Formats: sequence, C-alpha cells, structure tokens
Amino acid sequence: MDAAVLQLLNGLDKGGAYALIALGLTLIFGTLGVVNFAHGALFMIGGFCAVTTQKLLTLSKSVKDESVTFFDSYTKIPYLKLWWGETGERIIDYSVPLSILLAIPVMLLIGVAIERGLIRHFYRRTHADQILVTFGLAIVLQEIVKASFGANPIPMPAPAVVAGSAAVGSWIGLSDAVSYPWWRLVYFFFSVAVISAVFAFLRFTTFGMVVRAGMRDRETVGLFGIDIERRFTIVFGIAVVVAGLAGAMYTPILSPDYHMGMEFLVLSFVVVVVGGMGSLGGAVAAGFLLGILQSFASMNEVKSLIPGIDQIIIYLVAVAILLVRPRGLMGRAGVMET
Amino acid sequence: MSARFEPGDVARKDNLLLMGFAAAVLTMPLWMQPFGAAYPDLLQRFAIFGIFAIGFNILFGLTGYLSFGHAAFLGVGSYTAVWAFKLLTVNVLPAIVFAMLVSGLFALAIGFVSLRRSGIYFSILTLAFAQMCYNLAYSVLTPITNGETSLQITRTDPRVLDTWISGASALIPATNLFGLEMKGYPGFYFCAALLIGAFYVAMRISRSPFGTMLRAIKSNQNRLNYTGVHTRPYALAAFVISGVYAGLAGGLLACTDPLAGAERMQWTASGEVVLMTILGGVGTLLGPFLGAVIIKFLENIFSAFNDQTLHSAFGFLPDGLENVVVQVTGLFVGEGWHLTLGALFMLLVIFLPGGVMEGVRRVGGLLQGLKAAPRAGVRRATPADSAASGE
Amino acid sequence: MSQFDEENGRRKLLKAGLVLGAAGLAAPSLIYTRNAWAANFRNDPAKAKTVMLGFNVPLTGAYADEGADELRAFKLAVKHLNGEGDGGMMKTFKPSQLKGNGILGKKVEYVSGDDQTKADAARASAKRMIEKDGVIMFSGCSSSAVAVATQALAQEMGIIYMVGLSHSNDTTMKDRRRYGFRHFFNAYMSGQALAPILQDEFGKDRQAYHLTADYTWGWTQEESIKNATEKLGWKTVKAVRTPLGAGDFSQYLTPVLNSGADVLILNHYGKDMVNSLTQAVQFGMRDKQVNGKRFEIVVPLYSRLMVQGAGDAAKGILGTANWHWTLKDEATKAFAKSFGAEYGFPPSQAAHTCYVQTLLYANACEMAGTFYPPEVIKTLEGFKFDGMGNGPTEYRAGDHQCMKDVLVMRGVQKPANKFSLLEVVKVVPRAQVDYPATMGGGELGPYQV
Repeated sequence: MDAAVLQLLNGLDKGGAYALIALGLTLIFGTLGVVNFAHGALFMIGGFCAVTTQKLLTLSKSVKDESVTFFDSYTKIPYLKLWWGETGERIIDYSVPLSILLAIPVMLLIGVAIERGLIRHFYRRTHADQILVTFGLAIVLQEIVKASFGANPIPMPAPAVVAGSAAVGSWIGLSDAVSYPWWRLVYFFFSVAVISAVFAFLRFTTFGMVVRAGMRDRETVGLFGIDIERRFTIVFGIAVVVAGLAGAMYTPILSPDYHMGMEFLVLSFVVVVVGGMGSLGGAVAAGFLLGILQSFASMNEVKSLIPGIDQIIIYLVAVAILLVRPRGLMGRAGVMET
Repeated sequence: MSARFEPGDVARKDNLLLMGFAAAVLTMPLWMQPFGAAYPDLLQRFAIFGIFAIGFNILFGLTGYLSFGHAAFLGVGSYTAVWAFKLLTVNVLPAIVFAMLVSGLFALAIGFVSLRRSGIYFSILTLAFAQMCYNLAYSVLTPITNGETSLQITRTDPRVLDTWISGASALIPATNLFGLEMKGYPGFYFCAALLIGAFYVAMRISRSPFGTMLRAIKSNQNRLNYTGVHTRPYALAAFVISGVYAGLAGGLLACTDPLAGAERMQWTASGEVVLMTILGGVGTLLGPFLGAVIIKFLENIFSAFNDQTLHSAFGFLPDGLENVVVQVTGLFVGEGWHLTLGALFMLLVIFLPGGVMEGVRRVGGLLQGLKAAPRAGVRRATPADSAASGE
Repeated sequence: MSQFDEENGRRKLLKAGLVLGAAGLAAPSLIYTRNAWAANFRNDPAKAKTVMLGFNVPLTGAYADEGADELRAFKLAVKHLNGEGDGGMMKTFKPSQLKGNGILGKKVEYVSGDDQTKADAARASAKRMIEKDGVIMFSGCSSSAVAVATQALAQEMGIIYMVGLSHSNDTTMKDRRRYGFRHFFNAYMSGQALAPILQDEFGKDRQAYHLTADYTWGWTQEESIKNATEKLGWKTVKAVRTPLGAGDFSQYLTPVLNSGADVLILNHYGKDMVNSLTQAVQFGMRDKQVNGKRFEIVVPLYSRLMVQGAGDAAKGILGTANWHWTLKDEATKAFAKSFGAEYGFPPSQAAHTCYVQTLLYANACEMAGTFYPPEVIKTLEGFKFDGMGNGPTEYRAGDHQCMKDVLVMRGVQKPANKFSLLEVVKVVPRAQVDYPATMGGGELGPYQV
C-alpha cells in the first residue's frame, strides 16, 4: 500500500512534466498544424532561463583565493549578499521560482520570434519539411546553449523551505516512512495550475474561443474576417511559454544541460499521440497516465514478473492504445492523418 | 513531372543514369580526394548509408509513410550478420543473406502492425517498436546483443563451416568474401557494387506498375480504397522492401567492421536516415544517396577540424585576421559540427524544400535556360529531371 | 600537411589496386602481400619529420565537457613532448627517456575526432585517423563501450590504442586486447578500495540497496561492490537495474525508502549519477534514520565534473577516483600547475589519465627505439614507473591494466573554491586492490596482426 501511494505520487509529478510539454505540442499541432521538433529544445531553454536567473542573482565580486597556488583562483561573493546580507541570500535561494518571472517574457519573445521568422512560412509545407526545419532549429538552439553554458549539467537547488521531503504518509494515515520531496509536490501543483490557466484562457476568453474555433475549422474562421494568423502567433507564444515554465521549474529535479530537451522530445510525441492528436484534454490525460504507468512498471514486483518492462512500458502502451483506439484516447478524426 | 517520355526513352535515360551513377560511385576514391574523404572507412559508410537511405526512400518517398523506426532493421541486420560470423563462417555472403532475411521478417511483423495506422500515428508506432528494440538490446537482451560492449567476433566462436573446412583458427579471422578481406578498399568496392545493385532495384521498382501503385497511395489513399483497391498489401510490401534494404545496410556495416552495437537502433539513428532522405530530396532516386554522403561527410570530416588544422588552413591570412577567422569557423567545426548540421538543415529546407536534388534541378534548369534562351518556355529534360520523375 | 595527405592517399590507392588485383588470384598470393606489409608496419612514420597521434574524444553528447578536458590534456602533452611549455610531468616521470624533442626525434602532431560516446561513431572516427591521417597511436574516450569497441579495432588495424576514461572491468578483463592499454582504474579496484573505508565509516552491520545503470559497466561495478562489501559482513537488500539515461530516477528511489536498507549505492555514471544523487537527496535520504543508523549514500565512481553537476547533493558522499588535482606529490603539482597555467582551471581525472597515457606511449617508443607496435607493446608490458601522480605504478603485462594506488574521495562540505569539490579520504595502496591478471578471462591476442 505504501509503495503504491508513493508510485502514484511519483507518477503525478512525472506526468505533470509530460503533460505540460505535450500540452504545448498539441496546441501547436492543433492550431497551426505544425509538427514542432524544437519543442524539447524549448523546454531545455526554459531550464536555462532558470540557470540564467541564478547567474544574474549571483553576480559576484571576485576575491582572489590565496590558498590555490598553481593558478589564479577566485572565491566569488554575490553582490546581493554583499548588499543585503541575509535577505540577499534568501533571494538567491529562491532563484528557481523567481526564474518564472524571467522565463515568461523571454520564452514569449522567443516563441513569437520563431513563429514570425520561421514557422509561419511552414504552415503549408509538408510535415517532413516541418520536421526537418524544427529539428535543425533544435540542434542550433542546443549548440548555442552548449557554447555558452558548457555541456555539463548545472545544479539548481530548490529553495531551502521545500528542499526536504514531506511526510505525506502521516497526512493520509499511512506509515511515516511514506515521505515525498516537497519540490515534486510543488511541481505537480504548479503543472496543474498552468494547465488550468491554459484551459481557462481557451475556454473563457473571446480570444480562446476564436482559437478553439480555428482549431476546428480554420478557413471558416478566416471567412468571418478574423485575422487568425495573428492569433496563432500568440498561441505559439503561449505553447512556448508553457514549455519554458515546465523546463524552468523542472531544474531542481533534473540538473539542466543542453541535451535535456532531446530526451523529452520522443517521449512527449508519444504522449501527444496517445492522447490523441489535436486534443488538449487528451494530451494532459495521457501525460499523467503514462507518468503513472511508468512509475508502476518500475516497481520491483512488476519488474521481476516481466524483466525489462520499465524500459519499454511507455512504448508498449502507446502501441496498444493506438491499435485499440485508432486516434488515441481523445483524438478527433482527420487530424494529422496524412 | 510534366515532361513525358516514350517508354523507350525512359529506359534509355535510366540506363544512362545507372551508368553515370555506377561510374560516379566507383570513382569516388579519386574525386573524393580533394574533399579529404577518400579513405576506405568513410567511402564504405557513404555506400552503406546510401543503401539505407535509398531503401528508406522506397517507403517514404513513394508511399509517403514516414517511418521513424527504420534503424531497428539496421540494427537487426548487424546483429544477425555478426551472429552468422560467429556461428557459421566469416564469409560475408551468408551473413548478408541472413541479415536481409531476418530484418525482412522483422519488417514484416512491425509493418503488419504499424500499417494499420497512417500519418503521424504510423510514425509513432514505428518509433515505439524501434525504441523497444533499442532499450531491450542494451539491457535485458544482453546475452544476445552483448549490450553496451557490442557484439563482436571472438576467437572461441564455433564458426561451424569455417572449422569444418579449414580447422580451428588461432587468430580472430577477418571477414572476407572467399578470401578477399572486407577491410579497406576491397570492402568499399564490395559495398559499392551492392549500392549500385540496390540503386538499380530501386529504379526498377520506381518505374514498375508496383511503383506507380505506391505513388498512388501517397497521392490519395482514400480514393484508392474507394475504388476497391486494397492498399495495405502494397504499403506492406514497400515497408518490407525498405526493411530488407536497411538489413542489407546493417549487414554490410558488420561485414566491413564486424561489430554490432545497440545504439545503431536508437531513435536518433532512425531520425538520421529520415534527414538524409529529406536533405537529398524525397522521392528522387539520387537524392537519398546524396543526403547520406553529406551527413556522413559532416559527421566524419567536420568534426575532425581543430585549432591546429584551422590555423594551418588559414595560415595565409595576416595573424590578427587569422585568429578571428579561426575563432569564428571554430564554432562550426570540431565540437561545433552539430551547429553546422542544424544550420544546414534549416537553410536547406527554407530555401530548397526539395533537398539537394531540387538545387541540382534549379541549376540545371538555369543552365538550360541560358543555353536555349529563345525557347525559354520549353524546359528540356536533364538527367536530374528523369531522376526526380519519381516525385 | 595536405601534400603529405595526398601522397598518403595515393599510396593507399595503389595498395588497394594491388589487393583488388590479387583478389582475382588464389589465396596464397594474398597471404604473401600481407606478409610483405608486416615488414613496414601500418602508418610507419619512417622518414617523415613528424609523427601523427590521434585523439578520439566525445565532443558532442553528454560527456562533451569531459571530452573537451581530455583534448586539452592531449594538446598539453603534445606541447610538452615537443619541448614547449614548462614540461609538466615530463620532469617528474621516471624512468623516462623523453627528451622534449618529439618522439624519436620526430615532432609530434595530432588529429582530433568526435567519438560521440557511441561505439560506431568512435570506430568511424578512429578509422579516419588511421586510414586518412596516418596516426601511429590513438587515445581518448569517456565510456567503456567506446573503449572496448575501439580497442578491438586497434587490434584489427595494428595501431596501439591508449584507453582514456574507462572504468568497466571488461576493458582489461573479458575484452582485453594486445593493442589496448588502460591507465585508468576499474570497478573491481573501486570495490576493493572502497569497502574497508565504508566499513570504517558506517560499520559492519549494514543493509545495502543498489541502484545500477542497466548495462555492462553498471553490472560489473554492482558485482564488484557487492562482493567486496558482502565479504565485510554487509547484506545486500536488493540490486535494482535502472534504464540508461532515465533522467528521473524517482520511481526507483521510492521503493528504497521502505525497503529496510540503510545504505544506498548508486552505480551510475555521468548524467545518470548527477540526477540520481540529486534526487536521492531530495527524497530526504540523507536525513533519515533507518535501523537506528544514519542513512548513507555511496557513489563508487566519482569525477569532479559530475560532482560539479550534482552540487550540494555530493557533499560528504564517499566514492573512488583515479586521481585528483589536490594530491600533494610533486608530479601532481607539476601537472596541475602546468594545466592551470595553460587553461585557467585545474585538470579533471579524465584529463590526467589521457595526459599520462600520451607520455607513456611516447616514452615506450623512445625506450624501444622504434615505432614498430609489437616492440612498443613489449616495452609497455610490465613497465614500472613513478612520478605520474599515482605513486609507483605498473603496466601489467598479463592484462594491460595499470596497477596503482586508488583514491577514496569524499565530497567537500565547504569548498574553498569551485574546483575543490572533493577531498582525498585515503590513498589505498596497490596491494589492497591487486588481483591476478588472469581474473575475468579474456585473452590479449597476438603481437603481430
């Protein structure tokens, strides 16, 4: 029982990340009809927004370290600490959540720039072309990050308040041994909040209504004299921001490096397809479903039954679902089938 | 394409194309010299990945089904070939035959399931199968695949046929074709011969009624279904053929270099062949091969430049300028060769959506236009045109 | 250089023609040509004024930073061999016949390549170096998969390969090769060195839980650590395999919490180690009390670059290393100084092992008086030396493994600067980590190929 609860929790935060990335991907699929292979890279850029925030907050005064004699070594004291003492340290401690403030405008800017400069010209091109150009973009983004931050992962600690783990077990009347890292719980609630915000935006605003209509039938919306293309720019921007936020907040769980996007790319495509192409709800549901299944497949009891199952479970589920439900969990007919 | 040919005309053009292709491939050791690519290993890779991409194009270029899992067949081919070396003989013929057979069977099974869906659903299904193969080969299936350390030939392998013919060997024997070792240039010519054969078969498929049917699947599968044609057997046949091509390529990788590792099956490897095909020109005969050459060239030559080579290359410049140029170019070569790759993909697909072949065609068209200025309206066929008429 | 290349290429083409011609004839003539080649061995620098070395390191992928550091070390070694710079460990290395005038009087040049941490790419890159650039030796790597694959290639091609960073037992046990030499230590030695320290620190009665990267290196390390600790009375509760590059290890960490184990051993490397360690700490494992003891985490293979990636999570964690720049011997000081002066930061252990390997090869050529590989190999086999940062060291003849002291390291609690992340707990003497060269099977193969 304890183990099952833990794995469920585990699947939730894992699923949160999957859902966030898949949500953005689906928005882009559904509205623009573009296969975006750069989405993983945008997730990674989000992670590096957090790194940049931390770097900015810890801009330091260098003091020569006399203990090292072979080469010049400097101890760095952040200015924030010099100026504000403990308050400064506390601000630095919160650099990951604070990075959201940087990530939103930066990612929006990147998103709009990519859509205007590149994606816009690919609406009417084949999916193969879209894949190639966005894959190229992903590599270029990666290499830029690698050139500026190095290839090594960069540690990004969560704020001290939420660094430890929560006694989840005692909350729900299970043994005390059941504890779970605070930050992962934060991440889960964060992902739920972002997902709700996106849904509310699409559901309750006129803008969202038009976008949803555009997802259904772009031409008719255009006939009403609505400039759907401009709105699509913003939709792309939102998708990129969602990916960026997912990445920025994920950094305490996974030390960011330039390659982290590629590892999520394949997975997020699987999630999107399992959820059903063009279905936002499907993407979110599939994200959480696959996260939870992956957690349960990694349990020792399951692994001893079927060796290696934890390595292939996601793909196995994808195959099974696609064979039983041709358009994924909630997909609509005619989307991305040619 | 708009230009029409009489059947005899097509056959003649095809023969010319085939001969031109064969001549170009066989003389690669000479004309690749100035590019610094004329050494056996890279030439072998050109030929092998050329086969892989040409086969992939039979599926993707003709039917429009975008498989993201073709590397699995490459990997299966390699493993089968190495096992054939280990169990039977280090002669490459049986290895290649088995590699093609087994990967063909894999393709049959995976294709049978995956082709129940189309579009991106198909792509994800193939991707899922390939990733499963990769993950299992790396871990659980280690007894068969030797996992991380790759499957290799060892001295103590049974090699039943070899032992039966010439007794146990004291050395780890080299793979050979009836005594001709598959290292170096002999290996290349062997691969090149098979590449030309593969090219010929692909050309015949593309020109046959079967090829026409495959293209019909690409242009409108629904209409075909309505007219009562079962398209799936045709698509499956194309899938299996391209799987066999991949198996041949995998087998050849093992023949020229008897080692098979799991990362050959990773999704990035599947992605690579997609990129090769698109880069060269989807649906064209020559395009996939060109794409394979370009990507393998970048991977092997561009990654090898370092400060030292750059400085000696730009040594003729004045010192200050030299340093600047070296620094700037340094971003794109050596550890930055991926940046070149990414930028190249983007530039090419933005400005030349049909891949390199379209560039060739445009340049060809331009030249023709210059030559026949008075008759500018009538475009004459160039070899590239007939190569591209598969579109 | 280009002229040299062209000539080289033409010669190869001629050779190829020869073989093609021979193909038509019967097999014996082929054997004849082979023997004819053996006299002037592959890539013999013969009368050339320079000698070419190849450095095959990961420039892209997860280990790009380590690859970059290895390449820095190689460049430094080339400099020192050519008599430029301050000479680094050339001054402390003994017995050494290096004169600072290249190797055997030939100026050293190098080519580099990207092994992408993939066996295929690594072999392709190595073959380019051998076939196109005409290297007489190549070195580097940051993964055992690459080490094993390129080592086999070295044997086939008859070019000596000085292994870079490879920790798997297989490299010098099951998959050992005559043409491959490893200076780095291995998983078995890690286990032997680490276990007694673990016992001192954590006591005899411990329940260990292993998380192991699900591939060959992980398995060998798990086995080595398991055997060594069980001999000291520890119990292994469970050993769980995790997929390579899982990224998020939380689903494997949760079962640890209520398994009754009080030590977690992470048989992970690279990014996997960074992630699993960070996440384990997030799960509060280091603040827990189990079975009345403090819960502990152990990372058997340490590297400073990874510790950098793990950040605070690595503080106080025990592991082993091949070398560390804060050692106090003269050789280490000389090398760290030389490297630091050149690049502005201290070398990693990957850089160290690559630097040493290059010098060792060069010295063996000098001692043998030739580049002829079989002679160089015979010189390296059983070669005993000192002054390379690891104390007295022996290149064992039986398995081509360098036998030397092993460092047990601990993550520093309050690092003085961003490079002093690890401290040496103990230098475990060679005698304690030694094992017979025949262990693990495998055979080196012939001198002549």
